[in-house]
Amino acid sequence: MAHDMRLLIIEDDRDAAEYLVKAFREVGHVAEHAADGEDGYALALDGAYDVLIVDRMLPKRDGLSVIGALRDKSVATPALILSALGQVDDRVKGLRAGGDDYLVKPYSFAELLARVEVLARRRGGREETVYRVADLELDRLSHRVTRGKEEISLQPREFRLLEYLMKHAGQVVTRTMLLENVWDYHFDPQTNVIDVHISRLRSKIDKGFTPPLLHTIRGAGYMIRDGAR
Amino acid sequence: MTALGKLLRTTAFRLTLVYLVLFALYAVLLLGFFALNARRLVTEQITTTVDTEVSGLAQQYEVGGIRRLVQVVDIRSRRPGSSLYLVATPTGEGLAGNVSSLEPGTLGQTGWVETAYRRLDAPEGSEHHALVRVSELPGGFHLLVGRDVEERERIYDIITTAGRWSMAVVVVLGLGGGFFVSRRILRRVDAITEKAQTIMAGDLSGRLPVAGTGDEIDRLALNVNAMLDRIESLMRGFKEVSDNVAHDLKTPLTRLRNRCEAALRSARTEEEYRTALNSTIEESEQLIRTFDALLMIARAEAGEGGRYMADFDAAEAARGIGELYEPVAEQKGFRLVVEAPGPAIVRGNRELISQALANLVDNAIKYAAPAPSGADAPPPTLQILAGTDGDHVVLTVVDAGPGIPERDRAHAVERFVRLEQSRSLPGSGLGLSLVSAVAHLHHGELRLEDNAPGLKATIILPRAGPPGSDAITSGTD
Repeated sequence: MAHDMRLLIIEDDRDAAEYLVKAFREVGHVAEHAADGEDGYALALDGAYDVLIVDRMLPKRDGLSVIGALRDKSVATPALILSALGQVDDRVKGLRAGGDDYLVKPYSFAELLARVEVLARRRGGREETVYRVADLELDRLSHRVTRGKEEISLQPREFRLLEYLMKHAGQVVTRTMLLENVWDYHFDPQTNVIDVHISRLRSKIDKGFTPPLLHTIRGAGYMIRDGAR
Repeated sequence: MTALGKLLRTTAFRLTLVYLVLFALYAVLLLGFFALNARRLVTEQITTTVDTEVSGLAQQYEVGGIRRLVQVVDIRSRRPGSSLYLVATPTGEGLAGNVSSLEPGTLGQTGWVETAYRRLDAPEGSEHHALVRVSELPGGFHLLVGRDVEERERIYDIITTAGRWSMAVVVVLGLGGGFFVSRRILRRVDAITEKAQTIMAGDLSGRLPVAGTGDEIDRLALNVNAMLDRIESLMRGFKEVSDNVAHDLKTPLTRLRNRCEAALRSARTEEEYRTALNSTIEESEQLIRTFDALLMIARAEAGEGGRYMADFDAAEAARGIGELYEPVAEQKGFRLVVEAPGPAIVRGNRELISQALANLVDNAIKYAAPAPSGADAPPPTLQILAGTDGDHVVLTVVDAGPGIPERDRAHAVERFVRLEQSRSLPGSGLGLSLVSAVAHLHHGELRLEDNAPGLKATIILPRAGPPGSDAITSGTD
């Protein structure tokens, strides 16, 4: 689990902001709140936060311009954009403005938390060639996956799925995160397609091994972690 | 006054004025040119005639001296319509001719002179103008020959009078015509304006009057009417949607509320509260999904999303969706077959096309799922096909389920329509509407056909050129 994070929530809806501050506190993070773009920009400028959560439509200064101005000042704090606008072009615009992730309202807190934790971790910026979780190993160069001494053969997409999960080992990864990052789709399929892909992957990497590594986190998503810890 | 002012300010009237001035100017120039030329022509004729006579008389003088000249002049003077003649001594005394008086000093000059004169037989005071040539003969005698120029002046007068009159007629007719045309146009424009005001006031069913003459005002009115048709149908669609949204969002909202109330009333244990809250969240997720789908349809129908059009391989998109759905299809007891050799290039939004395909596959999985009983029966196939057909790219999802009865097919695409058989299953009733809206956004269409048994849903899209040819020039923005 990621350690305590310092978050800045730039959001003009007081109720929503209070709810987020409280919810983040409950899971052990410190969250501060700025109610408009100017305040948010001033607070974010010193760079003491791990992640910025920025609403797109803000009084005084809109979210995208806040992020743009911070990037101009070389403040590289990862920023997650919250927006009611969810079309492809809105998303592209948000990411082009310097945002690192884009979440469409309304969202579940579990989704937001998972994404924020991934962003905070990304800041460490380590890109290893071999991912390891307990005795499961994934070699990104040779595309080989082994568990213990046994080699596991995966379809290309299964490999990318496992790669993404292992890159974020110990962190919750949601279904939409998988759909976006492994499949590059930004819509929400009606059927639980991701769950079935996960259970296939699970049958390949966990079946016949102990302990199980690929866990389902209820109401949130999935996580690969060393169960023994 | 204001009516007249309005009339005078019309474009038609102003144009009339401009043309009137131009035409009058043209007429003045033309008539002036004509008059001057006629005058010159008459003058030329006079001088030619006079010159001939002078040289003839000079010959007579050479042959027969002054006596002969006097004789000849006498004879010629008496002819009706004769020229003017005067033979005078070097001192100015008249010897022969038909001129009784001249302007003083006329005989003193030689060459062409314009002068006032009186004929011998004419009464006192009836002086005319003439163009005369005076020449001095050897021996000091003066010979004067000339012609009356009244005729010339009369022709000139006739022409200028005609010019004045025709000018007056042009001005009167022009102004009258201008008034008439302007009033006609003004009346039609007024009718259109009046109608437009009632339309703006809220009567969207009103249409501009069309005279049926096929002129430019008619064409304008017809086009505006076509625009009004489009606006009206959009407004009707909008109203329909908002009515449906009100209904389809309020129903689950009511359910949500009831569930909360029920939990408050009867839940006792923490577990029961938890269950109630979880179902509340699920219900709201479904609401959000409905809302998102509605927004997307509205945007696709409004032509948005068109900004991110690029050439891409629809066959690859079909394979992608096939790959995404293959495990879940297998789990639900289907055999998923993807036949998409490609390339099938279309110009569009890959995400939207993928979503449309996903919706069709979702539907097939939902409605054509085999009964879980027969373990021995071969699994029904679910096909995803992509290919080209002439100028079109055809994406098809085929199932072997119950299909949609023919009478319901057109209906099935409408928003919020949930056919009888599907009411018991979860869903928003927006899946096929979204597919149809996406197809239309790409200038294509959605076709539902009988697969006997099952449903064959086909998205037909216009095929783009081979990749690279126009993909480079078209850009991405």
